[in-house]
Amino acid sequence: MSRSGSGQTDPSRGPYIAVITNRSTTLVIRGFMLFSIGVFLALVLNLLQVQRNVTLFPPDVISSIFSSAWWVPPCCGTASAIIGLLYPCIDCRLGEPHKFKREWSSVMRCVAVFVGINHASAKVDFANNVQLSLTLAALSIGLWWTFDRSRSGFGLGVVIALLATLSTQLLVYNGVFQYTSPDFLYIRSWLPCIFFAGVITMGNIGRQLALYECKLMSEKTHQD
Amino acid sequence: MTVRERLREKISTAFYRHGLLCASYPVPIILFTSASILACCYPLLRLPLPGTGPVEFTTRVRDYTVPSHEPQGDLGERPDWYRGPPVAYIQQVLVKAAVSPWDSTLVPVDVFRSPLGRVFSLLEEIRNHVHNDGSGVRSLEALCLQVTDLLPGLRRMQTVLPEHGCLLVSPGNYWQNQRELFDSDPDLLKTVHQHEPKGLHTSATLRDLLFGVPVKHTGVSLYSRKRVVTYTITMVLGSYDARFLSSLRARLRQLHPSVNCSLREDHMVHVHFKEEIGMAELIPLVTTYIILFAYIYFSTRKIDMVKSKWGLALAAVVTVLSSLLMSVGLCTLFGLTPTLNGGEIFPYLVVVIGLENVLVLTKSVVSTPVDLEVKLRIAQGLSNESWSIMKNMATELCIILIGYFTLVPAIQEFCLFAVVGLVSDFFLQMFFFTTVLSIDIRRMELADLNRRLPAEAGMPPPKPGPLRPREAPPPPRPSPYTITLQTPAFRNLRLPKRLRVVYFLARTRLAQRFIMVGTVIWIGILAYTDPAGLRTYLAAQVSEQSPLGESGAGGLPPHLGVASVFPGPGGDPASTLSVLPAPAEPTPLPENQSQGHHGAPREGVPHQAQAPPLVPQISWGAEDEEGWRRLSFRHWPSLFSYYNITLAKRYISILPVIPVTLHLSPREAIETRHPQDTRHPPPFIGMYGEGSKQVINPLSLSRVAALGLAAGVLLVLLLFCLYRVLCPRNYGQNGVAHGRRRRGDLPCDDYGYSPPISEISPLLLRGHSMDIECLASDGMLLASCCLAGQIRVWDAQTGDCLTVIPKHGSCLYSCIIGGWEQRDGWDTVGVAEPENLGGGTEPGGGVFDEDEGYPLRRRTTPRPALFEDQPDLTPLIDTNFDSQPSSHLLLTPPRDGFDFGGLVERAYLEHEPPSLGAVWAMELRGNLIAAGRSSGKLELWDAVEGSLRCSNEDGVSGITALAFLNNRIVAARLDGSLDFFTVDINKPLGLLQYRGPPGRSNMPPSPCYSSEDVISCQLTRSVQCAHQKPITVLRAAAGRVVTGSQDHTVRVYRLEDSCCLFTLQGHSGGITAIYIDQTMVLASGGQDGAICLWDVLTGSRVSHVYGHRGDVTSLVCTTSCVISSGLDDLICIWDRSTGIKLYSIQQEVGCGASLGVISESLLVTGGQGCVSFWDLNFGDLLQTVYLGQSSDGQGVRQLVVLNNAAIVCDFGSELSLVYVPSVLEKLD
Repeated sequence: MSRSGSGQTDPSRGPYIAVITNRSTTLVIRGFMLFSIGVFLALVLNLLQVQRNVTLFPPDVISSIFSSAWWVPPCCGTASAIIGLLYPCIDCRLGEPHKFKREWSSVMRCVAVFVGINHASAKVDFANNVQLSLTLAALSIGLWWTFDRSRSGFGLGVVIALLATLSTQLLVYNGVFQYTSPDFLYIRSWLPCIFFAGVITMGNIGRQLALYECKLMSEKTHQD
Repeated sequence: MTVRERLREKISTAFYRHGLLCASYPVPIILFTSASILACCYPLLRLPLPGTGPVEFTTRVRDYTVPSHEPQGDLGERPDWYRGPPVAYIQQVLVKAAVSPWDSTLVPVDVFRSPLGRVFSLLEEIRNHVHNDGSGVRSLEALCLQVTDLLPGLRRMQTVLPEHGCLLVSPGNYWQNQRELFDSDPDLLKTVHQHEPKGLHTSATLRDLLFGVPVKHTGVSLYSRKRVVTYTITMVLGSYDARFLSSLRARLRQLHPSVNCSLREDHMVHVHFKEEIGMAELIPLVTTYIILFAYIYFSTRKIDMVKSKWGLALAAVVTVLSSLLMSVGLCTLFGLTPTLNGGEIFPYLVVVIGLENVLVLTKSVVSTPVDLEVKLRIAQGLSNESWSIMKNMATELCIILIGYFTLVPAIQEFCLFAVVGLVSDFFLQMFFFTTVLSIDIRRMELADLNRRLPAEAGMPPPKPGPLRPREAPPPPRPSPYTITLQTPAFRNLRLPKRLRVVYFLARTRLAQRFIMVGTVIWIGILAYTDPAGLRTYLAAQVSEQSPLGESGAGGLPPHLGVASVFPGPGGDPASTLSVLPAPAEPTPLPENQSQGHHGAPREGVPHQAQAPPLVPQISWGAEDEEGWRRLSFRHWPSLFSYYNITLAKRYISILPVIPVTLHLSPREAIETRHPQDTRHPPPFIGMYGEGSKQVINPLSLSRVAALGLAAGVLLVLLLFCLYRVLCPRNYGQNGVAHGRRRRGDLPCDDYGYSPPISEISPLLLRGHSMDIECLASDGMLLASCCLAGQIRVWDAQTGDCLTVIPKHGSCLYSCIIGGWEQRDGWDTVGVAEPENLGGGTEPGGGVFDEDEGYPLRRRTTPRPALFEDQPDLTPLIDTNFDSQPSSHLLLTPPRDGFDFGGLVERAYLEHEPPSLGAVWAMELRGNLIAAGRSSGKLELWDAVEGSLRCSNEDGVSGITALAFLNNRIVAARLDGSLDFFTVDINKPLGLLQYRGPPGRSNMPPSPCYSSEDVISCQLTRSVQCAHQKPITVLRAAAGRVVTGSQDHTVRVYRLEDSCCLFTLQGHSGGITAIYIDQTMVLASGGQDGAICLWDVLTGSRVSHVYGHRGDVTSLVCTTSCVISSGLDDLICIWDRSTGIKLYSIQQEVGCGASLGVISESLLVTGGQGCVSFWDLNFGDLLQTVYLGQSSDGQGVRQLVVLNNAAIVCDFGSELSLVYVPSVLEKLD
């Protein structure tokens, strides 16, 4: 009487689910997008820093075309890809889906504020470094409060910022590059704040992309 | 009442009043706001325009002294930058030369060859000039600005610009200041041109730099009419020596007197340059602007449900921008001069101020009830959001205040601007934007009526009918059972071509993208070709940023071919040697020339009289006084930037020009000719104007254009890919199907790949010969009834067909109407005289099935085995319901419709008319099937054995809806009455046995009736006139029966005693959907697009929201949200407790309206030939399962969720059973 639907449909026309549904494919796409965003931001923000001679990179062959050593953008890109994938994943694990301001406009706002923080760190003349660092710290916390407000986001941000600061210290210690006027061991004291703000921003983008991934699918399959 | 609440209330009332005010007097308020914007922006006029334009200050030459560094008190008009020595003094020698008298034997090249040749002797003169007075000997070399290397990126220019010596430029630099090279150059123009940058450029080109006058004024061209060549020799002096300069001036004037020259020589101009924005600053700036635009874009995209989306978006942007302008204006008014770079902080200001408030306002106003007056809507919307707006603003002000106390000047200034900006933004939102919004809403209300009656679009031309607003539908039949649902036909309109093109453009945003791409290319070209641009910058970066190591210059190759006028202090001997031979004869040359020159005017005068056009007239005018003004303002900065000298925030002093007039004789012109010069086109070509010179430019231009085009195409593709990846949302709201699908194709074929085998394979249950009309399930069993009247019972687990209840004795007589469940016009008349029905068949088509006992005449086509003994009417079935608009059902008498009568009658007359009506409603509980027929008869069948257990014929009006709960059956009839039946089971063996696991929350455990039971069904109570109009929906749960009717009301009855508890009023249209479940949640949706949530215990309305344009077609609730779908193909998800719309999903058109909730977070919707699974938490599409190949026109109309994670939906004549464990797994 009744037959299986898949049995009678011709294989090429069978019930259909987009290739894009494939989890790993989307993961790779997402990772790549995050990577490129990270590379782009790294290039732009580095330009800001280099302009003010905050960081110095040794003269290195062809690589210095983009105003910094070649390894900086890929590192930033990889880091942002990892962070951007980590955030939704952690949200998922903790079982508390992030619902606060899940819109692209808010993400854009977040990115703009992040760039603004970088801008301030590079361009605004502060009386002393403590003031600069405190201001930036306040701004970063404000960024988190405005756009994230999740405990997991804060925790991850702090942890990653600390790790990144530590690794920067090591890098500078080993002479890979240096800061013109280090005020916190070998680096600038505002670096953790910038890292924190960056982690929050990338996490925000990553979450939004994760949210969008399925809508992308819906467009593919649903387009009449 | 706490202070907070009081405050909140006060704010709310104030906003309410304000909203009323704004909506009542839109025009005066808009005028007022515009006036205040203009008034606040007025102080901006006094500000210098943003940009890097230089500022000038003029002083007298005579008493000029280098200004001191310390600011002096009394210098009223002196600008504050005029301090300290300038970077350089610019002394230009403006040469105007002409061959006179012009001779017809001369070729065009002669116009400029010999005049240009004179530059070398002039150069000699200038650099050998020595002023000797008591204080010492001074020469140009001592005074001039010594320059070192060119920037490494400019090696191309090394041959033409001086290095390691005096900065002295003239056209002679093209030939390395060597007369020999000039004389042996066959094509001067080519030499000049080869250094020009290709393509577009804005800043000074090399040609401008060397000639010192704009290109079109040089006269170095084959087609110049005036035949006067103008160029300058530009000396850049490091220090000022008035005596040397005046002696040089005197010397040159003596050598080359300019007769009619009356240039003023007593003023020098100091030009101050502002900070340059280089590429390095530009890239972050551009990035911030890109982010800004993305932000604005994503924000305005959210504006919804208004008349003109773009108008409002524009208003929002205008609000923000003008508030910024106002803040700058106000700040300047109160004496705070902005020192920050406006362009740099602007994006951050916009982001801080934000568009959020505007959007929140819009959303709030839009979600107020539509039936209110515009004024009230605006006021309500405003007051709803007042608290959050005020709170946000207070928070922002606080943050900014904190920022102000950082005591960093830049941040303080930013904060000050932001505060003023925020306040003015608030002002504008309240006055300007609210008013614009009220105007927009008013416009929408006007347009709304038309839009909500799509009949005008879908009406076939030959059937015109009066259009009436839905609020007052005309009674089309004696018994108007009109659930006006749109048929899919409306959605598949063929739009006119013109519209389709427009939609296509709008959908793909072609124009926007082209403009974008064009701009990107243009900027790219600018950035690349600009001499001070990217190339230079990048190259400079390479060498510059190596302070750690040795100087970058060390790696550069030694400079070759240095064009140096002077042997520099450390200059290499090679170049010195090459220049040295020239000075061997400098002194005689000027003597000769001045003589020749003295002769020239004397000769020239009579010639002028004879043939005026032939004699070039050298005239000196006021415009020559400050010829440098005609140059690009980037002229000097770029000249200096080549030597890595920045003029940013510094100034240069430009000394009055020294005029030099040269008259050359034709003989001299001929002598200096190069042999190839005569090969140029004949002299008279000047009249016709086309020539070889033009060839170079167009060629390079065309190459650039081709490259640009290729790059553009690439960019378009790239952008398209990005767009696809990033913005999958469907912008075309109502629309045109994306690429018309061919019949039989799967919808996804647009993408050109065949779909892979799905993880979810629907199980198709076949057996019905006609479309399935009713579907009922209790979780274990599944009963379906097709148009043929055949009822089949399936096992919901395996999909096996358990029982077939064919037509029984006197048979089932079924019909379909329309693609949607339209039963209009089928009323008592049809039941009383069933044979007439054939003639009165609706356009939807009528299908008749005769029972088995009748002889058959017509057997034309093979039929399914089960129906061998019936006449085959399949050829009579018009399944193309889509082509029939439903408005037609309402507005035209049945006979005018699609006349089936003739066809059907013949087949029909051979049988006795069936005494029973069609099955209109069916319910399944336990193993009992309750079927309600159009004749008003209620039947109870045994689902397992297929036998009729009992029937009740108390009512005559057709049963439109049934509810079967516990042992009660409620039947809603066409005449608006409601009958309550009790099923009594006289069980010989005692208690009922319960079968199966307990069902879902809304399905009580079903008792199982065994075949031995004697079942009787008795009418316990009949509520006549339960509603004034036909009952459209009937739902029962939790001991309540809820009915919704065309009369705009919902009634709640208690099941036990059939007592009417409440009559719920609140809709302004007929009720189309009701949801009630065990938890006593009651939601209703109406034709007005409103959704009401009720408290069943008290009968009060919990919330009332508007979400759809058009009918709400179905409603489902989960514990946290309410899901509604409407005729506008929108699925809205609402928060159940607050009534706030969480989000909405725009489906494609004609998607159907069936909804089901599988688990707390899994929603399933039926579409055209497919079902889609959605994640309720985020609104993501999880999967779309296609039910079969021929999905066209077969929408899923009914969808039942079984309790074993399966759904059943109808799919034409088949049932589709879809198990969704995989989706569930994915969710978990």
